[in-house]
Amino acid sequence: MSPPAAESYLSDGRTLWSWLTTHDHKRIGVMFLGLTLFFFLVGGLFALALRIELLTPGRTIMGHLAYNRMFTLHGVTMVWLFMIPAIPSAFGNFLVPLMIGARDVAFPRLNLASVYLYVLGASVTLWGMFEGGADTGWTFYTPYSTTTGTAVLPVLVGVFIIGFSTILTGLNFIATVHTLRAPGLTWMKVPLFVWAIYGTAIIQVLATPVLGMVLLLVALERVVGAGIFDPARGGDPILFQHLFWFYSHPAVYIMVLPSMGVISEAVSAFSRKNAFSYRMIVYSTLGIAFVGFFTWGHHMFASGQSTFGSGAFGAMSMLVAIFTAIKIFSWLGTLYRGSIAIESPLIYTLGFMFFLFFGGMIGVAYATTSLNLHWHDTYSVVAHFHFIMVGATVMAFLAALHYWFPKMFGRCFPAKLANGAAVLIIFGFIATFVPQFLLGNLGMPRRYADYPPHFQSLHVASTAGASLLAFGFVAIAFYLAWSLRHGAVAGDNPWGSEGFEWRSASPPPTHNFHVTPEYPTGPHEYAREEVPHAA
Amino acid sequence: MNELLRRLFFLPEQGSTFAVKVDHLHFVLLLTTLAVAVGIGAVGLFFLVRYRRRTASDATPRVVAAPWMEGLFIGVPLSLFLLWFVLGFQQFVWVMSPPQDSLDVYVTGKQWMWKFTYPGGPSAIDTLVVPAGRPVRLLLTSRDVIHSFYVPDFRMKRDAVPGRYTDLWFEAPKPGRHQVLCAEYCGLDHSVMRGEVVVLSPSDFDAWQDAQRRNLPVAALPGARTPESMAVRGERVAAAQGCLQCHTVTGAPHIGPTWLGLYGRREPLEGGGAVLADEAYLTESMMDPLAKVVAGYAPVMPGYHGRLSAEDSGALVEFIKSLRPLRPGVTAAEEPVYVPTGR
Repeated sequence: MSPPAAESYLSDGRTLWSWLTTHDHKRIGVMFLGLTLFFFLVGGLFALALRIELLTPGRTIMGHLAYNRMFTLHGVTMVWLFMIPAIPSAFGNFLVPLMIGARDVAFPRLNLASVYLYVLGASVTLWGMFEGGADTGWTFYTPYSTTTGTAVLPVLVGVFIIGFSTILTGLNFIATVHTLRAPGLTWMKVPLFVWAIYGTAIIQVLATPVLGMVLLLVALERVVGAGIFDPARGGDPILFQHLFWFYSHPAVYIMVLPSMGVISEAVSAFSRKNAFSYRMIVYSTLGIAFVGFFTWGHHMFASGQSTFGSGAFGAMSMLVAIFTAIKIFSWLGTLYRGSIAIESPLIYTLGFMFFLFFGGMIGVAYATTSLNLHWHDTYSVVAHFHFIMVGATVMAFLAALHYWFPKMFGRCFPAKLANGAAVLIIFGFIATFVPQFLLGNLGMPRRYADYPPHFQSLHVASTAGASLLAFGFVAIAFYLAWSLRHGAVAGDNPWGSEGFEWRSASPPPTHNFHVTPEYPTGPHEYAREEVPHAA
Repeated sequence: MNELLRRLFFLPEQGSTFAVKVDHLHFVLLLTTLAVAVGIGAVGLFFLVRYRRRTASDATPRVVAAPWMEGLFIGVPLSLFLLWFVLGFQQFVWVMSPPQDSLDVYVTGKQWMWKFTYPGGPSAIDTLVVPAGRPVRLLLTSRDVIHSFYVPDFRMKRDAVPGRYTDLWFEAPKPGRHQVLCAEYCGLDHSVMRGEVVVLSPSDFDAWQDAQRRNLPVAALPGARTPESMAVRGERVAAAQGCLQCHTVTGAPHIGPTWLGLYGRREPLEGGGAVLADEAYLTESMMDPLAKVVAGYAPVMPGYHGRLSAEDSGALVEFIKSLRPLRPGVTAAEEPVYVPTGR
């Protein structure tokens, strides 16, 4: 049971210094994985504290100010420190060069810089948290965010810096996919995960600067009283919402698109089938990246924007849903006549499809202008985006973690335990967030430290679900940490996958390939025999 | 059926005419979502059992989607979603267009309370009293940060934004009480910024209004002023702020446009286009006068943001609304009558 004797990126220098100065995309990916997991833990602890506070109406464990800070920090941590970097920066960095037969990303030093920028931004944000923390919500709506007395500034600056990390990562992926594909790997042979990361990178590069700009404006307003969003100085508070959502709606797809890429890979690998509709998945990935920029106004139907404007944003939002529907049909089609192995990544994949479908359909319901007037800013919205961002994205993150764990560390994990944890987590999510949909229907607004008593029973159900969920995460943390040292040696391709990343050793050597692989067939091909279609 | 579905989906009581309309669409969407979710889940589970891996070396056929099938996968959901959009947008336009005979109430959000002011005088904190069976239009603004006026029983909410007016209308069909919540995060006591809508039968409402006028504390004190209507207050504000040095109330244009008959008129703008002089435009012109200057006038008016309180600007609007031509004398508009605006 000694670690693989072969040269791997893990054994290439064992000092801390060799990690801190590495240019190896795999090590950078692993560092991002560790960092994002740490912040997932921090954000998760905040979430549990919030759920405990909401167990009873009135004060349970904290006062209003502490609660307001807590949900702000929960949102900031989860969105910017976990959700946005988790899959692209951790798995994207590790896998994209492997999947396209490259030795590294296009700009290895820039890649390392993005780790340091992330750490710097996260530290500034953490410092803000210890200073007392902001109490604005992660959306920083003006004029509240420009007038509140809490430590908004460090959080703004922290997120601003993390934005640069995101932009550098995206830039790197675009350059890598364009210039470093191995000979013979044409665009229509690029694996779906790489396509998803590519689509994400476009959004990262185009949208994140707008976030940086708007955060800078809020900071200016706080420090020197610029008056851009302050009606008392001729500014417009709604302008902030336009700018903010112009970034933050596409940002949802920064979180969801990579997840879809993971799922496309996992469905194909665990049903041992070619992708049912490869081209449509590629086009819908690009479609989401494009249309995602024209839907931001659906966050503002109740804000007083023009009726026609709301209608236009509502209609555009319907189009985004279509691209998602295409993907769901395609994954189902991939399962059809496959050879389906029920392993933990596939269980997460099924959970993902359920959460994405259900959360997505409810999203369509919110984009239906008249219905939105009831649901907007209620717990229903909280449940909806937790279904998509936590339910779906975390499912995909866990699927990725389990699917590529042998690739990254050369070890297997206990399969039965993993399957059990996956089922526990899926039911934990359902138990946590379905009651929140019902709370929203009942009219419970979000960001409430306290609530009228008739909402209590559903809150109790939700908190109970959250504790199941916490238990599941603790289990995963334990068996994966155990497996890092004691898991069975995986071998090069334990899942029998045709994914291109498995063509190198597991864990891969420092420069990925001893011989550059060849690509005679497309990605996700398991059979050579042609069958026209399902009929 | 309606009642069963409402309880099944945990929707609250249907307290407005809009709630009754919109809930049908709620039911259609939620039932469709559930049905399709069950369908897709069942297909997925069936595949899982039917095509589970039997041997380590199972071979699978290469299945590729036919173009007609891809078309179906796109076309069916797209037409469904667009149908929902059309149905929903129709309702949205309806609820965004207040009827012209509605009762106006000014609502000011403030950390952390709701203030309701009736054009006829009385005002109240946190309790909005309205008559049943009659449309009520709320003109919302805020004194500090953004709030959102939300009545779950009415199925609607609208943000109260500092520096501008937004509106919301509803008609409560029968007497009852409905909770008002603030739905836009507004700081420390956001979660306890609650109010109530009390719907009275029309006769009770009239009696309530009379009682309000009689029983207001100021009126009870000897020598105190009777509670002034918003329009009267607006006249006082106009005098105090010097508005009447540039605007006349007689119909004669001066440095600025006359206020007589201004409300509800379409004004041509400097640089082309026209604007309807409604509450939103009048408020905007006080706060940011140079944004839309009426054709033929010099852009010389100073901005009044920070100089006019939300109540004062509302009172000025009511004063301007009360100035209508072809009516002898200027009286306070107890129940404002809207001139047709072509909506």
